[in-house]
Amino acid sequence: MRTTVEPVSWLHTSVGRKIIMAATGVFLMTFLVVHLAGNLLLLRADGGAAFNAYAEFMSTNPFIRVLEVFLFAGFVIHIYQGIYFISREKKSRPKGYALNNAGANSSIFSRTMRLSAIVVLVFLIVHLRHFFVEHRLLGSPYTMYDLCKAAFENPWYSLFYVVSMVLLGFHLAHGFYSSFQTLGLILNRRIEAVIKWAGAAFALGVPLGFAIIPLYFLVKTF
Amino acid sequence: MRFTLEIWRQKNAQDEGRFEVYEVDGISPNTSFLEMLDILNERLIKEGKEPVAFDHDCREGICGSCGLFINGRAHGPLPNITTCRLYMRHFKDGERIVIEPFRAKPFPVIKDLVVDRSALDRIIQKGGYISVNTGSAPDANSIPIPKAVADRAFDYATCIGCGACVAACKNASAMLFVAAKVSHLAMLPQGQPERRQRVKRMVAQMDSEGFGHCSNTGACAVECPAKIPLSAIAQLQRDYIWANLTPDLYAR
Amino acid sequence: MSDILTAPAPAQTRTGISWREGTLLTRNNCPEGELEKRWTRHKDSLRLVAPHNKRKLEVIVVGAGLAGASAAASLGELGYRVKVFVYHNSPRRAHSIAAQGGINAAKNYRNDGDSVWRLFYDTIKGGDFRARESNVYRLAEVSVKIIDHCVAQGIPFAREYGGYLDTRSFGGAQLMRTFYARGQTGQQLLLGAYAALQRQVELGNVQVFYNHDVLDIVVEEGKARGIICRNLITGALHSVPAHAVVLATGGYGNAYYLSTNAKLSNATAIWRACRRGAYFGNPSFVQIHPTCIPQSGEYQSKLTLMSESLRNDGRVWVPRTPGDKRPPHEIPEHQRWYYLEEWYPSFGNLVPRDIASRAAKRVCDMGYGVGPTGRAVYLDFSDAIKRLGKEVIYQRYGNLFEMYEEITGENPWETPMRIYPAVHYTMGGLWVDYNLMTNIEGLYAIGEANFSDHGANRLGASALMQGLADGYFILPYTIGDYLATQLFVKLTTDTAAFREAEKETQQRIDRLLSIQGKRTVDEFHRELGKVLWDECGLSRNAQGLLSAFEQVRALRERFWREVYVPGTGEEFNQNLERALRVADFLELAELMIIDAYHREESCGCHLREEYQTPEGEALRNDEEFAYVAAWEWNGENQPPTLHKEPLKFEFVKPTVRSYK
Repeated sequence: MRTTVEPVSWLHTSVGRKIIMAATGVFLMTFLVVHLAGNLLLLRADGGAAFNAYAEFMSTNPFIRVLEVFLFAGFVIHIYQGIYFISREKKSRPKGYALNNAGANSSIFSRTMRLSAIVVLVFLIVHLRHFFVEHRLLGSPYTMYDLCKAAFENPWYSLFYVVSMVLLGFHLAHGFYSSFQTLGLILNRRIEAVIKWAGAAFALGVPLGFAIIPLYFLVKTF
Repeated sequence: MRFTLEIWRQKNAQDEGRFEVYEVDGISPNTSFLEMLDILNERLIKEGKEPVAFDHDCREGICGSCGLFINGRAHGPLPNITTCRLYMRHFKDGERIVIEPFRAKPFPVIKDLVVDRSALDRIIQKGGYISVNTGSAPDANSIPIPKAVADRAFDYATCIGCGACVAACKNASAMLFVAAKVSHLAMLPQGQPERRQRVKRMVAQMDSEGFGHCSNTGACAVECPAKIPLSAIAQLQRDYIWANLTPDLYAR
Repeated sequence: MSDILTAPAPAQTRTGISWREGTLLTRNNCPEGELEKRWTRHKDSLRLVAPHNKRKLEVIVVGAGLAGASAAASLGELGYRVKVFVYHNSPRRAHSIAAQGGINAAKNYRNDGDSVWRLFYDTIKGGDFRARESNVYRLAEVSVKIIDHCVAQGIPFAREYGGYLDTRSFGGAQLMRTFYARGQTGQQLLLGAYAALQRQVELGNVQVFYNHDVLDIVVEEGKARGIICRNLITGALHSVPAHAVVLATGGYGNAYYLSTNAKLSNATAIWRACRRGAYFGNPSFVQIHPTCIPQSGEYQSKLTLMSESLRNDGRVWVPRTPGDKRPPHEIPEHQRWYYLEEWYPSFGNLVPRDIASRAAKRVCDMGYGVGPTGRAVYLDFSDAIKRLGKEVIYQRYGNLFEMYEEITGENPWETPMRIYPAVHYTMGGLWVDYNLMTNIEGLYAIGEANFSDHGANRLGASALMQGLADGYFILPYTIGDYLATQLFVKLTTDTAAFREAEKETQQRIDRLLSIQGKRTVDEFHRELGKVLWDECGLSRNAQGLLSAFEQVRALRERFWREVYVPGTGEEFNQNLERALRVADFLELAELMIIDAYHREESCGCHLREEYQTPEGEALRNDEEFAYVAAWEWNGENQPPTLHKEPLKFEFVKPTVRSYK
């Protein structure tokens, strides 16, 4: 076999990009867990004291601030690669099938990653605007708890939030398993079964955990 | 049995192409799908019409020549089967059957349902082998290989190169094809000296042919007539990461 | 060659088969002396080509099956410029890929007393003493190296738990010398050769031309100078020159229409070579494989083989009462007739293919056949499943069981398989000398395309062995001997021979397209197949062959008058491809019939009903027929010339082949 220098860096091949996608995906999933843990403090009936303290900590702790840079980078890279893949989709099959019964060979979650990604992205932008920008950049006079409470008591916002979480669940339902597969961590059938089970639990549990909060606030208003 | 066939007709690579509808009747349920097309073609010829071009050869599921996209699935409605091993008993009497060529940018249509799949050969050219010249091998039993390893290598080595993985993939990725060969050779001690280069070179060629990326939908493995498992892709991923992230101690 | 320019003469009024007596073919380049040292000594005596000169020599290889791919790869490794032509859309599609059972090699890993001698002896006896001793011994000798090379290529042969290679038994041998890769040995070996070929493509030594059908061989002054091929996509004809041409195009079993061969397998290249003067050896030697899935209807396009290895564990039987229509599980043990075990107690279900096939035909002719058509026997695994368990049987034959169920819709785990013989392999082929060169200098034939090693019957797991032996370990040595004399030959297609051949090919195509008759190519092909199967198949007799001869001539004449080939020659036209092939089958079939008629003895696959023992076994006539019949073509509707190459048996004594 000839040993040639690859014309492109390995991170720019389809497999390299996929690995980046998976690595950032795993990182973002760990973030989701942390975020959810914090958010659940909203459910404590202490008028938001615990949650506000947590929010304060998150926005001032230097270590967290450094991590935040990584987190943003993770999002940006994950989204960038996603857009790249979407832009490529048409190129590898310029003429599509007249009839494609993809439901027979793949899960709906795996085939709707683009849709779920777009919804989650829109959610992310709205979400950041509403909380991060409001609180951190515009220096809103309200506490984080108050911001949340006001938002969640708006049924439209809550509905948007819940729908987004359903789509996040879709995204995770495939993304969780897919990341591990892409990182080559599924070594055998047993691990595959565990990952698939854990993926289902994660995709169900995390979005549900998030969605409970607006529902909780909404129910309380009645 | 009676069927209404909606078949993609395209005179040559330049032609736009379109669907045409044909009726066939009196088909025995034990007729294979390709034999059903033979019957249609015999009739078309007798009527002075252009018969439908389709690829086929061994008609026992091993040569990988045949490949039709039938009712929205590569090789038809059954999983893990070639078109030639599909029998009409698997369809309902009176069913409407849509037949298209495998579609992907690297698989240009030659005529009707015939596509050019030589891109797959060019991927193999980049490293789907062990570089050994005839005559230089040691005694076969000088390299013991655990049975489980040999069996696993065999599972990956059975790929028939039909391209169904590409056809079924929503991204037209050839990942399962490439992974099958990479994994087959990665299992074996003979495959180790070239392992790093092989995976890098084959992936690079896959990309330059214009195949899409893999998004792990698993459609490929469901349609693969050789039942290549998705673990092949995991193996390729591991090898790719390893080949790129760990230093090659012997590289100059 | 003017006969193809004009319409063929109407079928001759003279009835009967005739031929001209030719010469004794004594120059076959076989070395003399001790059998064990012949190949080594011969290799040492061959001329060599220096590495820098190899780059100047071009070789055309037609076909990329086991023989073609392995030869092209090995020649590329040596440094020759190689051009491979395949009509497939990839060199990996050749029908070698469908071989299931395994590959023989005299490794003696089993410690069961195997040796090169024993493999040699089994092969020559299996071929009913109609093959050359020197060739067969060489085949057995290099078999050992094939396994070494294939393992080094990464072919995942079956292994024992200790990590060493596993072997199994196969028809016609009492040793376990067959190496295998589940039921897909041919696939694995072909993919190994294909990969080696692709490596040479990458290195720039070999060029592979896909979708190119070779339609003629160009011969100048008795030497092969190149080919005429048709680009199947564009329809364009091309002349390609070379210093040597290697035909590795497989067998011609598809002359029978229904066979286990791939649909596209054809005889065009070897038949065209024959028309250019190459002798055709033993054309009537056609192997009929005993374990195929029986035909189920008229529409059937091919027959599917179930590996012979199934007979290792399966038992063949029919009900003891003729016409017994009960389902098999309702037939009690004592009413089952295990006829192979009864007739051949020492080999039982593992008798060679010709014997097993004929026995099946005999019991069916006697009325014992089963299934809707009565042309089938049972192959039963219930005992083996009981003895070894489902798991082991699945390991050994899982894919075959699945295949059977897919095709027939019956579950072989519960009900015995139904099998019947089908045309499978052609021992006949272009006559070649010890160097695998035909009588046309520089034209080689390897693998199934030549006649050489299997005599009148091939043993199971020997086709893969022969294809790879020819391609990896024989041709690369012997071709150099000829190429060494061709160094200063300038390649050009600007010669009368090329122009004429290309013109003739174009005219052949134009003529087929211009007939515009009413009948399809397949109709003629089916009809030809039926004649051959009925009269030149499992058993033959003079009267039937005479009738077949007339029928084939009449059919050919009708073909050229009534066939309809749609489309044009300047495009991708699968019907034109098929028409060209069937036209050649129609000519070759005549030679097959003449050969079967002239050989007034029975041997191996060739059972002449007039010459058999009272028990219905083949009765050889070594006095008169211990020779290879090498036929020279003399023009359409002309009697061919029969050249005889006498077969000398210096080391083995031809005996009555007994598997009792």
